[in-house]
Order: sequence, then structure tokens, then C-alpha cells
Amino acid sequence: MTIISLCAQIVFILTGSPLVVGLMSWIKNRIEGRRSADVLQPWRETRKLFSKQVLYPQTAGGFFRFAPLALFASTLSASAMIPLVSIELPFSSTFDLFWVVGFFLLGSVFLALGALDSGTVFGGMGASREMMIVALLEPSILMSVYALSIRAHSSNIFAIVRATILHPGQIASPASALSFAALVIVVIAESGRLPVDNPNTHLELTMIHEAMTLEYSGYPLALIKWASAIRLVLLLGLISNLFLPEGLFDSTNLVLLGVSVLITGAKVTLLASILALAEVHMAKLRLFRVPELLGGSFVLGLLSVTASLYLPPILK
Amino acid sequence: MITWTFSPTSDVVIPREIIHIPAEALHESISTQLASGSRLALACAIDDYDSIRLVYVFANPCTNRRTEIEVSLTEHDAKIGSLAALSFPASRFEREFHDLFGIKILNHPLPRRLVRHGHWPASWYPMRHDSGNPIFLKGNLEFPFIPVKGPGIYEIPVGPIHAGLIEPGHFRFYAVGETIIKLKIRLWYLHKGLEKLFEGNDVFYGLTLSEKISGDTSVGHSLAYALAVEEALGITVDEDIAMARAMLLELERLYNHVSDIGSLANDVGFSLANAQALVLREKLLRINEQITGHRLLRGAISIGGVHTLRQINRDEMAQIINTFSEIYSMINENAIVRERFTGTATLRKDDAILLDVLGPTARASGISSDARIGNPFINLPFQTAAQTAGDVMARFQIRANEFENSAQLLQANGQVFGITASSSSSKNAHCKSPTSARGIGIVEGWRGTITTRVEIDSSNRLSRVKIVDPSWFNWPAIPIAMSETIVPDFPLANKSFNLSYSGNDL
Repeated sequence: MTIISLCAQIVFILTGSPLVVGLMSWIKNRIEGRRSADVLQPWRETRKLFSKQVLYPQTAGGFFRFAPLALFASTLSASAMIPLVSIELPFSSTFDLFWVVGFFLLGSVFLALGALDSGTVFGGMGASREMMIVALLEPSILMSVYALSIRAHSSNIFAIVRATILHPGQIASPASALSFAALVIVVIAESGRLPVDNPNTHLELTMIHEAMTLEYSGYPLALIKWASAIRLVLLLGLISNLFLPEGLFDSTNLVLLGVSVLITGAKVTLLASILALAEVHMAKLRLFRVPELLGGSFVLGLLSVTASLYLPPILK
Repeated sequence: MITWTFSPTSDVVIPREIIHIPAEALHESISTQLASGSRLALACAIDDYDSIRLVYVFANPCTNRRTEIEVSLTEHDAKIGSLAALSFPASRFEREFHDLFGIKILNHPLPRRLVRHGHWPASWYPMRHDSGNPIFLKGNLEFPFIPVKGPGIYEIPVGPIHAGLIEPGHFRFYAVGETIIKLKIRLWYLHKGLEKLFEGNDVFYGLTLSEKISGDTSVGHSLAYALAVEEALGITVDEDIAMARAMLLELERLYNHVSDIGSLANDVGFSLANAQALVLREKLLRINEQITGHRLLRGAISIGGVHTLRQINRDEMAQIINTFSEIYSMINENAIVRERFTGTATLRKDDAILLDVLGPTARASGISSDARIGNPFINLPFQTAAQTAGDVMARFQIRANEFENSAQLLQANGQVFGITASSSSSKNAHCKSPTSARGIGIVEGWRGTITTRVEIDSSNRLSRVKIVDPSWFNWPAIPIAMSETIVPDFPLANKSFNLSYSGNDL
């Protein structure tokens, strides 16, 4: 049964992630007063890219070709380690938080290496910026989830979620609030959205994530775009289930699994919509202010750890 | 020395003078002009078949006097000592003299090619009367840059083909980390031989050509051209024509400033404000179409006249002012936007004075440059926006301020439109001089002061037209303002100047 849950989770993430991206751009476009393509547009683009010829720059080497596959594989692996549609998956006791962060980092590093390997200046520029951000980001994720793990006495995400379901009152603590704030910043930065990065710009000199993908075409480009959509959904799903795990069930029957899928889908949609709404009123930070934002996220995570040791939950 | 006065309309008197001097006296004569507070508005060379004539046009912003200093050089061995020590713009005009006319410039501090494209054959000077049709060189020609070397310095080449609808220009950044050490801008991919296209044609053909010098400045350029032709032919226009022309200029300022303001917001990722600005721009373009029959205001200016279809009523302008102030506060009150704009790409006042920048760029750096006040063709109580910081924020505020001023002027004077009139003196105007007649037109376009000089021969044909777009003066300011700025801020900084490539490279 856990295998079915895992399959359901993977299918849910693969099919749903482009829709979430489509929904966010639909919301932004409508608020700006434009007619917008519907939420299926990222799917159409994926299909288009898969049927296109793949071109590689003459200066590119092996890493450039390998990076999209490595990024997609590592992101997909991470998606098997997060409780999105069930609190019981085949390897749920093996993998903890550090694995998830590790797989994310692996994908980022491969993409950056691929960008460097493209032999173009924008690739290198994007890679160096991405590495600056990732280096500041990962400690912040670790800190904020560590704060949650103190309460559950385990760094396993499934254990943390299960503990929250058992003692829902414990989530109402200063530590959780701080950790939530830190994680929101992480989600924004990790998924390359405003105010850290602007996914809609055509100005190469200002790009971070997009600068690394400029030389890609065809299905490798589709894989990169898909992987970043998956990453966004994973992070949104993780944040919603860490703080509001209601509606998650263990893998006992198909009806409950279906209910879990629907509820998680609703939670992710809601969070994505809020993110898009906030983004409309946001501008992009100066690049050298981004470390300050991420530093702030780390400090929030650190405070959250401290608070979880000394400040008890408000509700018992 | 010849002096006279000219009145483009009844209440404006422009003192004019022409000073012929030998080449040796040029240095002294130019420094006298500069010392009197005049600015070098234009410099052009004219191929008179047996000799080459250089004309330096000075415009005085206090007296509105326009002085031409003329030097004759021999045709086969044209050379002149550089004036670079006196005036930076003069040194750039000299490089143009060299590239287009083959005039040797002695002791020039930067004798590299300017306009000249790498594919042009050696010793082909397109503005000479005997230049002929060249055979352009093929292949990947050399593209040398002065290398900047040191530990950690890397090079970012961008362009000349860009993403988005941008004109061609090559930007080469030398950066350490993200900080720009040096920026080299290479333009001149758009040489159209425009000045040559005017030659030998009648003045009406020249008008349609001048509307297309820079697509977003059709009123500015065609009005400067029309004023120059009118002066050459002695045409005086009525007050209401001059007034309608002044208001057309303001109409052009409106739609360009609002799209600049939207683009500035867009370049910091604030696309909501850009979308609103584009809606307002579209409204203005539709008003343009109703008033002149063309969304970009083409066909509105004629020699000695103006052509407008309907008046602007106060309510529609009031609505535009309201919409604009909403967009303005949306941008101006966003903390991240303010942080991005403030202190970015500062052009210091002393640098701005040395480079002699024009228009909103000058006014943002604390220079009161405005031809509507200094070199007017009509006397109106214009308000000039002023800022001192010289950064992106200052240039943004100048544009916003000018939008409001122009909109208010149009609200108060919208009834001047709806006339199609032509000056009675333009009916049979022709060149009265036995050799040639000359005229200068100065107009404050939305980018800054446009200067056009025409010569019309005795058969009423254009023999030489020289156009100076404000972008010619302002482009060198961008690399100066970019020092100490970080690479990802460049698009924003560049947009805050928003210079024309086409108007710069004729």
C-alpha cells in the first residue's frame, strides 16, 4: 500500500507542478489587467520543448549535457522523501531532512556546473550568483526544520509531521512561528521568485536562475523548467504539512489516500496563490541585499531553535 | 562677421551671427564663445566641392543668440587641430569629421574611429561628394578593445543583438565579482546615411525624412527641421501655429515619459506598475491618433504650419493626470523600488557639465538645461523640473515631474489644437540668397535639446542637413555613471537614461 502511496505522490507532483506554475502566472497576469493563458500553458510548453530539436553550444562539454538529467533525477528523488500525500511512504524511516536538503543541493550544484560548462559568460555569472544564494540558504533550511525536530525528538520529517498530528496544540509555539517565517523566505529564494529573482525578465544581466538556463533548448530545457516547478511544489507542500498536517493520513486505504491528495492539492494551491498575490506588489531586491534577506532567514531559524528549547508551546 | 535677427513668431527675436575665421584662429574663437556661456550645440562639415567648410554652432541660453563659426579648409588636405582640451563634445564631433569626411584631426587625445564601421573600406568617406559606392569588406573583422587586466577581472560582452525590442549596441563590461570596473559601449550599428539622403531633395521631402530620425521623437525632430527651414527661407508663423507646435511637443513628452516610468518599474521586477503605465500610454497614443491622424504624431508639423484635427478637452486630460498620479505613487511608495533607484548609477554634476549632457539627464544632475526656456521659439511660462542627486531616482522623479507639468500645460491649452493652418509667408518662400540660405532649429524634445541646421541652395534644394540628437551628447555619460555600480543594476541604469541609438547614429 505504501508503494501505491508513493506512486500517487510522484504522479501528483509530476502532473501538478506545471499547473501550479501556470496558476501563479495566471493570477499575476489577471491582476496586472492582462488576458492570460490558462493554467495548462506550462504543460503545453513542456510538450512543445520535448518535440523540438536539441542544440548544444560548441563550447559546451559533458557536464552541460548531463546537468538537466541530474537535476531532474535529484529533484524527483527528493520528492519521494517528503510527506505530501501520506505520512507513510516506503522509505519514510530511512530518509530524514538532511537527505532532502542534500538532494536539492545536488540538483543546484549540477545545474551550476552545467551552466559553467556552457562556456558562455552568462552561464558563469548565473552559476556564481546561484551558489552565493544556495550557500546562504541551506543553513537556514536546516536551522528552521531543526527547530521543529527538537519537539518531535527526530530529524525525520515524517516523524515531525506525525508528532504534530498527535499533538496539534504544540504547533502554536513561538518556535514554530519563527521557523515558519524563516521557511517562507527559503521557499521564495529556493524557487527563484520575487523579491530574490525575477523569473519573467528578459534582462540577462539581472538574472540568477534563468541565466544558467539560457543556452539550453529542447527537452533538457523542459526538464530544467519542470524540475524547478517540482521544487516549488515540494517546498510549498513541505511547509504546509509541517505546520498544518491536518488531512494527511497513513497509507491504509485508497479512499483516505484520495482525500489526502485532494487536501494537499488544495493547500499547495492556496499557498501558491498567496505567493503570487504577494509577488504582484513586490519588486526585485538589489542583488547585494539578497544576502541580508537570507541572513535574516538564518537568524529567524536560529532564534526558532533557541525558542524551541526555552519557550513552551502556547497550547498544550 | 555678419549679424542679423530672425523672428520665428511675432514675440520672439533670435539674434544671429556668422563669424568667418581662418583655421588658426579657431581655438581662440571657440574658447571665447564657451566663455560667454554659450554651448556647442552642433558642429558639421560641408563639402563645397573645391573646399571643406566646418561650421560650429553655439547657442546662448541667456540671450537665445545663435552663432555660427565658419572655417574653410582645402579639399585635398583638410586638417585641423583638435579642440578636445576646450570641449569634450567638440572632440566627438571631430572624430565624426574624420570618419565621414576624412578630415585629419591633429593632436586628438582619442583618435580612434567613432561612426566608422569595421566593414567600411579604408579611405572611404561617405559624406564626401565623390565617395561613390564602396565595396564593403566581408568576414569577421577585427573588433579590438583595450584589455582590462588584473586578478579576478572578467569580461561580459552583451549585444549587439539583445533580448526584447531593443536597438543594437554592444556593451562590454569588465567586472570584479559584480562591481563594474569599466564599461565600454560600442554603438554605430545603425548608420543609415541619413544626412546624405536629405541632400538634393526639396524641403518637403526632408520633413518626412526628419520624422523618422528616431521613431519616438517625430515631433521633436520634424519641428527642429521645420524651424531651421523656416529660418533659411524667412518664414514667420502666427502665434497659434507656434502654440500648437509647442503643445505637440508636450504631447510627445507625455507618452514617452510614461512608458519610461513603466519600464523603470519593470526593470526592478515591478510589472504591475508597468502594466498600468502601458495602459496609460495606449490611451495617450489613441489621443495622438485622434489629434494628428498618427499614433506617433507623424504628419502634424509642416513647413510654416501645423496640422491637427481636434482639441483636447480638460476632462480627458484631468483623467490622465489622475491615472498618472496613481501609477506614480504606486512606484514611488514601494520600499524595494525606492531602494533600487536611490544611489544607483550616479552622474555627478561636475561630470555632467564636462560632458555637456542634455535633457532630463542634465536636469537630474542639477543642471538647468531646457531649450524651451533658454532657446525658445515661443515664449511660454514653462516649468523646469530640477533634481540634484543624479541617480536613477532623480531621473525617475524628473520624468514624473515633467509628465505632470506637460499634462497641466495641455489641460490649460488643449483648445489650440483642431487647427490646420499654414503661415501666409510660406506660400512662395524660396531661397533669396544667390548661393545658399541657412537656418538653425532648436527644440527641447523629450530626451533633450535637438539641434538641426540646414542649408538650402538657390534652386530650393537641401544642400546640407545636420542633425544632433541629445543622445549624441548623453551616451558618453552612461559609462561614467556606471563606475562603482554592480552588473545586475546596469539594465535599470541604462533605462533611466533611455537614449536613442537611431538618433545618435544617423
